[in-house]
Amino acid sequence: MTLSRDHELHKRRAGRNIGLALVLVAFIALVFGLTVAKVQRGGMIEAFDHTFRPGLAERAE
Amino acid sequence: MSDIRANEMTGEAGFGDYVALLKPRVMSLVVFTALVGLLVAPVSVHPMVALASILFIALGAGASGALNMWWDADIDQVMRRTRSRPIPAGKVEPGEALGLGIALSGISVIMLGLAANWFSAAFLAFTIFFYAVIYSMWLKRSTPQNIVIGGAAGAFPPMIGWAVATGGIGIESVLMFALIFMWTPPHFWALALFMNDDYSRARIPMLTVTHGRAATRRHVLAYTVLLAPVALGAGFTSIGGPVYLAAALVLNALFLRGAVAIWRRDETVAEADGYAVEKRFFRFSLLYLFLHFGALLAEAGLRAFGVFGYAGW
Repeated sequence: MTLSRDHELHKRRAGRNIGLALVLVAFIALVFGLTVAKVQRGGMIEAFDHTFRPGLAERAE
Repeated sequence: MSDIRANEMTGEAGFGDYVALLKPRVMSLVVFTALVGLLVAPVSVHPMVALASILFIALGAGASGALNMWWDADIDQVMRRTRSRPIPAGKVEPGEALGLGIALSGISVIMLGLAANWFSAAFLAFTIFFYAVIYSMWLKRSTPQNIVIGGAAGAFPPMIGWAVATGGIGIESVLMFALIFMWTPPHFWALALFMNDDYSRARIPMLTVTHGRAATRRHVLAYTVLLAPVALGAGFTSIGGPVYLAAALVLNALFLRGAVAIWRRDETVAEADGYAVEKRFFRFSLLYLFLHFGALLAEAGLRAFGVFGYAGW
């Protein structure tokens, strides 16, 4: 028996792929929203990056 | 035709089958109790952080559900209640459930750590371990007290929610834990009383199988009696208040009445009316837990809006 393109098997597989795509898009949106929330709240988001920073140097003293 | 059926048996599951592996009904209870734990905490959380944290806690619960289904596939096949789950139904391979469970466990714990704090993430990791290893792999098949100790896994979510907000543990979060912990045995033993055949066929040492139904009825009453002071005690902490206490008083009185009714019945009477009292008690137990946490949420809402003019109890 040959499988036609719109066989139930393909529909199920397509449904799985669309479901996974939606989950991934939702995950990206969630991480993006989380990042925006964390950045807006301020906090220490600057780290040492091999250049002189007066702010960091003063704290070290 | 046969080759297509062979494909169906080897991993051509639909998206819904993978969702079913995560036990969505258990997840909904976890979402609700964890959300209450987070919202009643004295520290406010950014809505986005709260949303992400609750989703990752739910994902962790789903991961432990998948691991549980992987391990219990053999007994799920025997039990009427679980026969249609994705693995025994032949829709998902056991290895897929294991992979999904491990992957989602890792993702949920790391993401909760990044979204909230590492204490709550470690707590979530411990909860997954407790449910998948301590309960599913060890206790469930070895002791009639499986439900009692295993119930702890289901009781941790409000503590994790509280930890997301506060970064620690408090008497309030311990009491929320104790409420679910003490509620679990009467809830499940009532179910076991009218689903006994399932458990004995799967050779799970449920109390009804090992110690008999009369002993199970006594246990239901004993745990319900012990549950009442825990439920009422939460009303006298910072998360309680008059609304919660009034709700807890009524709910515990009704729950106790149900437990006494179960205790006073014997099998002949129960069989005659098709376990009507046990079934009613089981249904009410779901409402009991939902309304307790709903009342805690109402108290938090009242405090936030300063209704009744009390800033604490």
